[in-house]
Amino acid sequence: MPRLKAHFDRLSHLFLPLSVLVILIIINLIKGADYFRITMVNGAFYGNIPNILFGASELVILAIGMTLVTAASRGQDISIGENGAIASAIFVQYVLNAGEVTLWTILAGFLISCVAGIIIGAFNGALVSFFKVQPMVATLILFLGGRSIAFIIDGKVSPILANEISNRIGTVIPGVPIQTPIILTVVFIALVAVVLKTTNLRLYVEAVGINPSAARLNGINPKKIIFLTFLIMGVCAAVAGFIAVNKAGRHDSVNLLKFIMMDAILAVAIGGNSLGGGKFSITGSIIGAYTIEMLNRTLLRLEVEPEAIKAFKAVFIIILMVIASPVVRVFARKVLDKAKTIVAGYSVRKTVGLNKAVLSTTDTSARKKEE
Amino acid sequence: MKKLTKAGLLLLVAVLVLSTVCGITAAAPKKLIKVGIVNLPPEESGYRQANVEDMNKVFSKANGYDAKQTNTADNSEQIAAARGYIRDGVDYLLISAANATGWDDVLQSAKRAGVKVILFDRLIDTAASNYEAALVSDMQYEGQLATDWVLKNVPKPIKLVLIRGQLGSAAEIGRSAPVLKAAKEGKLTIVADGTGGDTWSLEEARKVVEAAIAANKDFNVIYAQNDGMAQGAVQALEAAGISHGKNGKVKIIGFDFNRFALRNVQAGYWDADVQCNPRQASQIDQWIKSGKIPKGIVYQKEMILTTDTITDADIEKYGINADPGKGVITR
Repeated sequence: MPRLKAHFDRLSHLFLPLSVLVILIIINLIKGADYFRITMVNGAFYGNIPNILFGASELVILAIGMTLVTAASRGQDISIGENGAIASAIFVQYVLNAGEVTLWTILAGFLISCVAGIIIGAFNGALVSFFKVQPMVATLILFLGGRSIAFIIDGKVSPILANEISNRIGTVIPGVPIQTPIILTVVFIALVAVVLKTTNLRLYVEAVGINPSAARLNGINPKKIIFLTFLIMGVCAAVAGFIAVNKAGRHDSVNLLKFIMMDAILAVAIGGNSLGGGKFSITGSIIGAYTIEMLNRTLLRLEVEPEAIKAFKAVFIIILMVIASPVVRVFARKVLDKAKTIVAGYSVRKTVGLNKAVLSTTDTSARKKEE
Repeated sequence: MKKLTKAGLLLLVAVLVLSTVCGITAAAPKKLIKVGIVNLPPEESGYRQANVEDMNKVFSKANGYDAKQTNTADNSEQIAAARGYIRDGVDYLLISAANATGWDDVLQSAKRAGVKVILFDRLIDTAASNYEAALVSDMQYEGQLATDWVLKNVPKPIKLVLIRGQLGSAAEIGRSAPVLKAAKEGKLTIVADGTGGDTWSLEEARKVVEAAIAANKDFNVIYAQNDGMAQGAVQALEAAGISHGKNGKVKIIGFDFNRFALRNVQAGYWDADVQCNPRQASQIDQWIKSGKIPKGIVYQKEMILTTDTITDADIEKYGINADPGKGVITR
């Protein structure tokens, strides 16, 4: 029992994202019981859940990076969409200029775009860690200028990525029943999990986020750790850009991953993470990201008027956050405890009474037999 | 040492003065028409890129113009630039305003200075006497073209999925109005009404159609208010295995004449696309050169192209943005 309790305590930080998710699922099930129905279309799974997993892929990947940046630097990177747009613009240019498109061209282009993402991350990270600029201000530079850079890389048009391999990366590979972006996301999550399990990254990031001075006294260089988280963010942005541009089939520097940082930050918050840095839960952020995607689709499912959809989203988020907030949680636990004691007391009396009754009936039946 | 620097400075000034004088004398023989262009930045959209490119091409030295251009999405910067051009004594001031308001003072001072103001692409909320002419797209006309096409070509009963752009924008209001009117008159049913959000985005449009499919809604036409959203809508149909285009169940109509969209229409992957013409420059050039500038608002001629009517020449001439090439479908 104590071990089970300890296990639950470790998972308690997931209470917020999970309860929000459960509430949304309940709402969706009330709207229609076929919410989880999955069918096969052209050899791939199709339904609400695959759609959510497909739609949220970029957001999930960005939320992971955002969690690390938030935890270490106690601030947010608001240029992730622009970073992704630039990195994917470089990817597209490489592929378009490579001549014949093979899997290797795509892979090489992807790796180059990751390098680009890392360089941009290094730029942001250097500003934040070495020049001590507030993260939001430092990344504001790229937020404002990034799309112009992507636009120029694109050659002032929106280039088309109409090759078969890109199309398969953006949709499905024949013979594989799961859409490719979902697989890529899962692979990415697995990689992150392995990195966190095998290295001290988590410990260092949390130490720096909780108290940079104390971390330094213990031999951790906060500057390096913060810088590192921005590099990781750069990779996340490049991967998200790669998925987004292959989904879209063309590079639209204006709209690609636009305003996605808002949802990424929200995913971190719904994931039960403090936006002030410190301890973090990647699992929470991932659930948070899927929750946001589900929320967006729930509003469409409920057929909220398009004019009101933004307001509804805001109201929904507020309600969900309040329901799942620690204050309400503590209150709920108190109520639950009280209920438990009442029920417990009642049931004790009841069982005692029952036993007596059983005794008496057996008594009477025994007597009847005797007769 | 001091003397040396002084002498150097004097020399510099002399050179500068001489060079400007030479410059003026060199430019003098050709009398160029001075034009100040206040426009939005090309990276705003493919539409704007085509618009700015066209302005640069038409208002060039070779064409007899001395044009200066400011591209910014900031209204106050635009106004400052316009004031600068008036001070410089331009003959014509061409404006595509970021905001429709706040321009009264500038326009009046332009009038006092004898600068002729021509608005292009976007209107300004001001008295009609404050400018000579305005050359703009009639979004409602574009919507009417599309709606008429839908009413004529989609098998009855028409069940339409409407995907709007940024709510409240001129394009969204104009392109929605004729469809909403037709729905009110009972000529068609709108089975789903969604938006691509502030970014007119592919992903949001895709979600709207996915939601309609998930709710088992039956529809036979998608009316997407730009090409990107039409693309997202078609992606949702593809994933759900619903046929579309020329021989398909669901008809697809988009707006803006992106070349990739026109290629999709040509291939029968989509059905129709409505023009939103960014090339106002040659018309304005004609007005200025002929000296006959009309009064008030003038709407550009715009058209609809369908799988049956589209030609390579149309795509080359009227399209905007990158051309994927003949026969290439952008999924």
